[in-house]
Amino acid sequence: MVSLSSYLILSAILFSVGVVGFLLRRNIIVIFMSIELMLNAANLAFVAFSRFLDSMDGQIFVFFVMAVAAAEAVVGLAIIMAMYRVKETVNADEMNLMKW
Amino acid sequence: MNLVIPEINWSAIGPELTLSITAMVLLLLSVVASPTARRAIPYLSLLGIAFALLLCISLWGKSAYAFNRMVVLDNYALFFKIIFLITTALTVLMSIRYLKEQGYEHGEYYVLILFAAVGMMFMASAADLIIVFLGLETFSLAIYVLAGFFRAQPKSIESSLKYFLLGAFSTGFLLYGIALIYGATGTTNLKGIYEFVSKAPALTDPLLLIGMGLLIVGFGFKVASVPFHMWTPDVYEGAPTSITAFMSVGPKAAGFAAFLRVFLYALSPLQTDWIWILWVLAVLTMTLGNVVAIAQKNIKRMLAYSSIAHAGYILVAMVAADELGTASVLYYMLAYAFMNLGAFGVIILFGRKGEENVNISDYSGMAAKYPLLAAVMAIFMFSLAGIPPTAGFVGKFYIFSAAVKAGYIGLAIIGVLNSALSVYFYLRITVMMYMRSPEKEFAKLEPSPAMVIALIIAVFGTLQIGITPSHYLNLAKQSILALM
Amino acid sequence: MMITDYLPIFIFLVVAVGFALVTIFLSSIIGKRKITPQKMIPYECGMDPIGQARKPFSVKFYIIAMLFIIFDIEAVFLYPWAVIFKELKIFGLVEMAIFIAILLVGFVYVWKKGALEWE
Repeated sequence: MVSLSSYLILSAILFSVGVVGFLLRRNIIVIFMSIELMLNAANLAFVAFSRFLDSMDGQIFVFFVMAVAAAEAVVGLAIIMAMYRVKETVNADEMNLMKW
Repeated sequence: MNLVIPEINWSAIGPELTLSITAMVLLLLSVVASPTARRAIPYLSLLGIAFALLLCISLWGKSAYAFNRMVVLDNYALFFKIIFLITTALTVLMSIRYLKEQGYEHGEYYVLILFAAVGMMFMASAADLIIVFLGLETFSLAIYVLAGFFRAQPKSIESSLKYFLLGAFSTGFLLYGIALIYGATGTTNLKGIYEFVSKAPALTDPLLLIGMGLLIVGFGFKVASVPFHMWTPDVYEGAPTSITAFMSVGPKAAGFAAFLRVFLYALSPLQTDWIWILWVLAVLTMTLGNVVAIAQKNIKRMLAYSSIAHAGYILVAMVAADELGTASVLYYMLAYAFMNLGAFGVIILFGRKGEENVNISDYSGMAAKYPLLAAVMAIFMFSLAGIPPTAGFVGKFYIFSAAVKAGYIGLAIIGVLNSALSVYFYLRITVMMYMRSPEKEFAKLEPSPAMVIALIIAVFGTLQIGITPSHYLNLAKQSILALM
Repeated sequence: MMITDYLPIFIFLVVAVGFALVTIFLSSIIGKRKITPQKMIPYECGMDPIGQARKPFSVKFYIIAMLFIIFDIEAVFLYPWAVIFKELKIFGLVEMAIFIAILLVGFVYVWKKGALEWE
């Protein structure tokens, strides 16, 4: 019914929104959310391909990606918290101790 | 339903199992043992690494698949595993006194380093893109935490944050690339991809080509090639120096291990498509790394840009995708491990709490007070610059002759010019040490026995690999048979 | 076709959203705008508000959430195993036991470090 290209277009749009969000936003938590959006766009692509290729590999991969994304979320938020303790800010512009 | 239980070949992942079990035991020890017992944790981790190394050497020559043909055991994987284990061992040796001095003596550090090594070892023996991804994420997450280990130092946390954000970003690209390749070929298994791509009509599938491009982005970030290198100087400068040493060798070698397997085996029929991309990447990486390193005043940043340049040399070897080229990648990684870890070891030894001694000018006059240390540092600098009879020279020689043999004369010329350029900033340190007068008083240096052992191993490795290169090159050639 | 079966829901959605939007729009163009300080304080059932609306909250909530995610992912892997474990026989049991044992190591670490203490 719904063709493969619609899923892929949606996945590509989500991925681009994630990339743009990562590059343009200043708040580190929002940057991190954009990263999660990118990972989930890839998940959508996997599931769509798995459906249209009649192969379970894609869906199994999604399991692993979700587990890894969860672990990454935990580590990332711990790092952001540690950063907040030291610097009292979550603005990406303030992370400028080391420059060129 | 008829379930077929997949074959799990436990003996094929022996080294990884050893390290994982050691890491888990150490994790438990770090919380339940008494504080005096906790001081044994680094030495126990060394024991685990030694055992894993013995296992790797005993498995040499064997070839097997594990986990339903997703993990492969062959000489290529074992070669890289040995590199990772040597890297881990040297890092642990160099960290023992360093952590105590800085006041961060926690057992979890060693646990994280061992888990990172496990991740890298899986990435080297991956025969399926899932395992590449899992291995990549395993060691990346461990190193994100390790880079921020010195929690009270703002630079350390900032470097961890930058590495984490950019690392996760590139993982997103890598994952999307894997998704597109899966969509184009119907499988994530490297052998399956190779068989699919070998049939001619596949060569112009846009999904496959875009997926390949995204994979280059993902891998390019991990090995710090231009234009994905922006994280390297900041992260190397801020992280604890022992972790910088680990980071400069481990992830790069792991990234190249997977990069080579995917591109020189699975995607090899598409060679005409990706070889020019890698050509451009190699030139940009070498040139930018060497040129910017000249302007650096901080020795850790200089070594960061130098490691970018070395990634460029290895990309040159990848472009020359024949037998000598691929074997020289392995050889160069081995040589690079010893010389880079040695250089960082000297930096760790020379700095102390409160007086980090990270500026290049702090090294002036070192030879008068510490002649042995200066000589050791000079050996590493010569090796990085590519001056005979060290391993760095032979590695570069093999790489550039492979490039010339494959017909990329222009690339080889650019490489040699860059190598000549790099001699300036490597030898600048040597000149500072020997020919300038000391700028300030040097405190008394008391190297721990572990650090002395680490430096001796690094010097020995650098010189031995350089003086008898053919033995190691033959080992490397034996290892790449699976790829050809 | 299946899409037209959902048409009533779509109309419902349009009417609901449209009603809300029209009301807000009309009330913003018709009617006076007079802001007094008393009108702008947050509504708390007629009482005077005490203190700030935002308070710093302790990190233990974050730690519990973090631990929840990790062990939830472990549960995610347990579900497919639970569906199929009769056919996997002893192999499946041993494999899942190893998986849980590995996560148990992490759990013991967290426990001994005191992250499970609430106070």
